[in-house]
Amino acid sequence: MSTELDYRTQEQQVDFTQRMHPVPGAAEPEQELLTLNVGPHHPATHGVLRLLVTLEGEIVRDLKPVIGYVHTGIEKTAEDKSYWKVIPVIERMDYLAYFFNAMAYIGAVETLLELEVPKRAQYLRVIHMELNRIMSHLVWLGTSMLDLGAVTVWWYCFREREKILDLFEYSTGQRMHTRYFQVGGVADDIPRGWEQKLREFLADMPSRIDQYMDLVNRNEIVLRRLKGTCPLDEQTLLELGVTGPLLRAAGNPWDLRKAQPYSSYEDFDFKIPVGQRGDNWDRYAVRMEEMRQSLRIIEQALDGLPEGPHITDNRKVALPPRHELATSMEALIHHFKLVTEGFRVPPGEVYYPVEGPRGEYGCFVRSDGSSKPARVHMRDPSFVNLQATAPMVKDSYIADMIATLAMLDPVLGGVDR
Amino acid sequence: MPDAPGVELLAQELREAHPDAVVATEHFRGKGAIQVKPERIVEVLRFLRDKGYRALMSVHGLDYYPEEPRLGVHYELLDRERVDRLTVKLRVSTDDPRVPSVTPDWPTANFQEREIYDMFGVVFDGHPDLRRILMPEDYEGHPQRRDFPVGGEPVLFTYNEDRGTGYTR
Repeated sequence: MSTELDYRTQEQQVDFTQRMHPVPGAAEPEQELLTLNVGPHHPATHGVLRLLVTLEGEIVRDLKPVIGYVHTGIEKTAEDKSYWKVIPVIERMDYLAYFFNAMAYIGAVETLLELEVPKRAQYLRVIHMELNRIMSHLVWLGTSMLDLGAVTVWWYCFREREKILDLFEYSTGQRMHTRYFQVGGVADDIPRGWEQKLREFLADMPSRIDQYMDLVNRNEIVLRRLKGTCPLDEQTLLELGVTGPLLRAAGNPWDLRKAQPYSSYEDFDFKIPVGQRGDNWDRYAVRMEEMRQSLRIIEQALDGLPEGPHITDNRKVALPPRHELATSMEALIHHFKLVTEGFRVPPGEVYYPVEGPRGEYGCFVRSDGSSKPARVHMRDPSFVNLQATAPMVKDSYIADMIATLAMLDPVLGGVDR
Repeated sequence: MPDAPGVELLAQELREAHPDAVVATEHFRGKGAIQVKPERIVEVLRFLRDKGYRALMSVHGLDYYPEEPRLGVHYELLDRERVDRLTVKLRVSTDDPRVPSVTPDWPTANFQEREIYDMFGVVFDGHPDLRRILMPEDYEGHPQRRDFPVGGEPVLFTYNEDRGTGYTR
């Protein structure tokens, strides 16, 4: 007897009457849970993020983020490099907030060294960080609207992002990962003509933000997908350690630029936008207003840009000017010492937080007295904020989960480091 | 930031509430730190939360190699009302790296304790889901320990792919 016949006889013996009487106590078919793997290469994730989603129909009942796909061991690499050579690798953690990564790390090293940074360098840092914040928010706006199915916004956002990157290239030599911030100041003064370019950008940008808002603010689909979806209250966010626009959208005006000013932020007049309901729409609106406030800060910093050196004159940590190498033996020795061994840092442990586009970037540096850090750790806001995904999207539609993930704005390079 | 006497006063109150908890105090670069015994960390953080340090901003591990006890865990506390930061530190040895988990009290510590477990091998008792987080689940060793070599990871390149799975040797 062939196996085919075998199968046919088996099929005829199936008793269909049993199917009509469900097992008592068993789950109804529509109550069955489905585990769905979203990612790691889903286009709607900002990076390589995998979400294990437990679905009941279209409703998300549970969600577990699985991360580590772009873990590159930057913290380990940093332990093997002298202090000033750590800056380029640490900038690559959260690749949309390189100036903030650098600022947190350099701030920690400067605290260990008890180094005074010239006022002009502090202002230049503020200008570049705020430009970086706008750039990061533009990428967020473009990609999140892409997640919601709107391609147009992306092109408009990246038009202005290119302008910011051109400004970075002009002043620092690189579009991304600029290595512009140095221990003790910034690598170089701004070039001639840069201020003019920046002023043109500052004059243009408010109308450009209006353009984005014209595209988005009255769009029926955007409004329905963002307004009132996936809110999370302030208390839960605080317990989860969430910082940045997500926390401010829930009504808590915590911003380190105001609360614990660093790098001369106390000199500038700006407002902190807060939301009321903490839903996806508030998360969107808070970031849009933050871009306008950043423009205000840049304008004030540019108007009040003090004269003076752009880097500390402490030759033990900062390279001497190029022209001195030809005439001064001491400068040559300092230069040689810095590029070979690097500078030594007094032993100690410092945690230095700064307010980035996604929240608190806190860099922990432990020095053992040598010229290499004994431990570098970045408290990355994307990593901590990712824990809030599950409570946000619980019991909401899977489509809202995609929108929430977009409004959460995690950068996986920062999450995995 | 509490000044040096402020940290001492806080540590004194802590000693009165939990007599054997405090090991040492420190005031470095304008910031206070209290070193505590690892087994008392949950009580200490609860006590400090009642003192106003309601936010746990960061939990991170570090390796003090070659000092003993080698491993350390730091808890960065923040008081948003007074804008005041405080570090709570503890040290455990590599032979018995067990620390009570603070995740039930502070949900934010969940991922961060998992990262410390992953990178340093510190076991957090009472953690709801203590698994590796950044490294693969079947990974052996704790790469952030200082005696773990950089570049110790075998990588499959074209020159060694013909060796099959033996490329690791």
